Amino acid sequence: MTCKDFLKELTDYLDDALDQSTRTELEEHLQWCHNCYVICNTTKKTIEIYRDSTLYELPDDLRGRLRSAIMTKCRAKKPSTSGA
Amino acid sequence: MGAIQKVNEPVPMTEETVLVNAAKAGDVGAFEELVRRYDRNVFRIAQHITQNREDAEDVVQDAFLKAYENLPQFQMQSKFYTWLVRIAVNEALMKLRRRRPERMVSLDEEVRTEEDSMPREIADWSPNPEQQYNQAELKDILGKTIQGLPPSFRTVFVLRDVEGLSTEETAEALNLSIPAVKSRLLRARLQLRERLNKYFKARKGGDSNK
Repeated sequence: MTCKDFLKELTDYLDDALDQSTRTELEEHLQWCHNCYVICNTTKKTIEIYRDSTLYELPDDLRGRLRSAIMTKCRAKKPSTSGA
Repeated sequence: MGAIQKVNEPVPMTEETVLVNAAKAGDVGAFEELVRRYDRNVFRIAQHITQNREDAEDVVQDAFLKAYENLPQFQMQSKFYTWLVRIAVNEALMKLRRRRPERMVSLDEEVRTEEDSMPREIADWSPNPEQQYNQAELKDILGKTIQGLPPSFRTVFVLRDVEGLSTEETAEALNLSIPAVKSRLLRARLQLRERLNKYFKARKGGDSNK
C-alpha cells in the first residue's frame, strides 16, 4: 500500500467503515510509515476537537426568543390538518 | 489508533414518530417539542454554513417555519431530523448566496482538484493540543479555520463530524451521492488538519505524542 492509497481510505478507516482485510493493510502501513501515522493521528484529533468544541452554541436567552418567535408564527398559521 | 466514536445517538424512532404524527395532526405543542429537540443543532449548522450570527438566527426561524408549513407533505420515509436538516441547509445556502452574489455557492461544485487536500506539512501535535489555549482562543481558532473551507466542504464536515449524521443521512440531507459525501469529507478533514497545524504542532523541545 502506498501513502496515496492510504489517504484514499483514511476517511473510511477513521469511520470504522472498512472491511477487515483493507483495515489490516492500512494498519500494517501505519506500522512503518511515520508520515501517514502522523496524518492519521492529527486528522483524528482534528475531528475530535471540532466535535467536542462548544463552537456556535445557542445561548439560552436567544434560544428562548427564537422559539417564542417560531411558535407565534406557527400558531398564526393555523396548522393544516389535511394529509395533503 | 481506533475509529472516531459515534455521537448524537438518534432518539428512539417510536417517540419521534408519535411527536411528528401529532404535529402533522395540528398539535402545536408537539411541534414545539420538536423545535426544543433540534433548535441547537439547526443553529450550529446554520452558523457553520453562513458564518454570520444574524443569518443563522433567521435560518433557525425560517427552517422551522417551513418545516411546520410542509409537515403535511412529509411522508416519514426519512427521519424528521434529516428532513429538517435538508430544509435548514437550503435556507442557509440561500442566505450565503445573498451575501456573496459574486461567488457561486453550490453543494455540487467540485472545488479545485484533489491536490488542494494533499498534506503539505507533516508535523506531529502536542498531546491535547487544544489545552494550549483558553476556551475563547480555541473557539476563535476553530471558527477562523473552518471559515476558510469552501461551503460545500464545511457543510459536509459539520453534518458528519460535528452533528454526527451518518454518511447516508448526510447524502440524503444534501442530495449528494455517497461517494461525493466521502470525497468532500476527506478533503474537508485534511484541509482542516493542515490549517490547524500552525496552532497545534509540537514545539521544538516540547512534548511529542510519538
